[in-house]
Amino acid sequence: MNNIVLNTVLRFIGLVFLQIIICSNINFLGYLNPYIYIIFIFLYPITNNRLLFIFLSFLLGLSVDMFLDSGGVHASASVAIAYVRPLFLKFSFGAAYEYQAVKFSNTTLSQRLIYFLFLVVIHHAILFSLVVFDKNETLLIVKQTLYSSVFTLIVCLLLTSLFSKKEL
Amino acid sequence: MQQLFNFFIKNKTFVLFLLLFSCGLSLTIRSNGYHRSKFINSSNQITGSVYGTFHSISQYFNLKKENEILLNENSRLKTLVFSRENLTPVDTLLEQKYDLFPSLIYKNSFALPNNYLTLNKGQNDSIKEDYGVITSKGIVGIIDATSSNYSRVLSILNTSSRINVKLKKTNYFGILSWDGKSPEVAQLKDVQDLVKLSIGDTIVTSGYSSTFPPNIPVGSILSYALNDTEDLYIIEVKLFNDMRNLEHVYIIKNTDINELRALNISDE
Repeated sequence: MNNIVLNTVLRFIGLVFLQIIICSNINFLGYLNPYIYIIFIFLYPITNNRLLFIFLSFLLGLSVDMFLDSGGVHASASVAIAYVRPLFLKFSFGAAYEYQAVKFSNTTLSQRLIYFLFLVVIHHAILFSLVVFDKNETLLIVKQTLYSSVFTLIVCLLLTSLFSKKEL
Repeated sequence: MQQLFNFFIKNKTFVLFLLLFSCGLSLTIRSNGYHRSKFINSSNQITGSVYGTFHSISQYFNLKKENEILLNENSRLKTLVFSRENLTPVDTLLEQKYDLFPSLIYKNSFALPNNYLTLNKGQNDSIKEDYGVITSKGIVGIIDATSSNYSRVLSILNTSSRINVKLKKTNYFGILSWDGKSPEVAQLKDVQDLVKLSIGDTIVTSGYSSTFPPNIPVGSILSYALNDTEDLYIIEVKLFNDMRNLEHVYIIKNTDINELRALNISDE
């Protein structure tokens, strides 16, 4: 139990630092950055205590906001995907989730891909509509969401398989 | 009442979600106004010291280039000094109007519509809000939040940034803003259509505000067009500063700022 708590805390801090020090300074093609801190929300242990989970997600987003001077955009987007996560867990992992037996290291790549994909797209859609905050720039929001989602998804998959215990 | 509580307990996840989501939304909306949140910004102690630690590593990557920039500036200033060696100011009291503080950029961003920079000087170095920030090439922005050791700069690459500038040749003035697209190009509005413009003309600060002294370079005209009502120009300005590569900046303190403010208050 303590191991899980320690793991979660370390992951929280590590991901925030990784995000603000490296990932927010990539600026691929001038403006694309992966938002990898949401791995924390993907990999948070499946528990019944959803209140704590949603609150932690808010804190996660808020700390990223604080570093990137972006008001509350990351906090809102993180809270939103933390809230809808069970829906997509059920959708991607099916019966295993019903029995609370999902272990991320035991899932197949395609399952993880689908699970990540939905959450990343929702997160980025909320994020960029709040960042741009202008309904005349819908095209820009869609474009940013699309490109950044692909970027984030690739980096997230690579990072999670890099740190997974299973041999691939 | 009982039912109300039951409702809350049954839907406590949704209620918490709504609460936190609206928290985030209100922070976002507040940060879009000009007087943004003083709490969630990168000039506080924690974020500042984290950025400082990592900056002390990353600054080594740019040492060579920064050295070159500083050398260039040095030589430019030396030539200025040598050419006006025998010119002594009439009254030193009148001359010393601006103080310059050198500072380092800890964090820079340019890919968002609202960009901010974090500097390593704060209230302890007598830096206050509304001081201007420049480099040897041109302007960077205006300080909008300070803590004891760090300060945050509202970059000219911010959709809420407004800076008073003028055309160097003809002295017509306008307002420089940014449309959130290219980090190299800003927009100059409110220049009358009877002004003669040509591509490549230099834009400098006007000195009408107390933030920047006059004649600090800003950029050059890239292209221009009339607006919808055809009485004002919208000018695309290529910035002299490469906002993506900044390291050393100067903070400008107007030593007369209190006097100017007092005057304005007595006016109203």
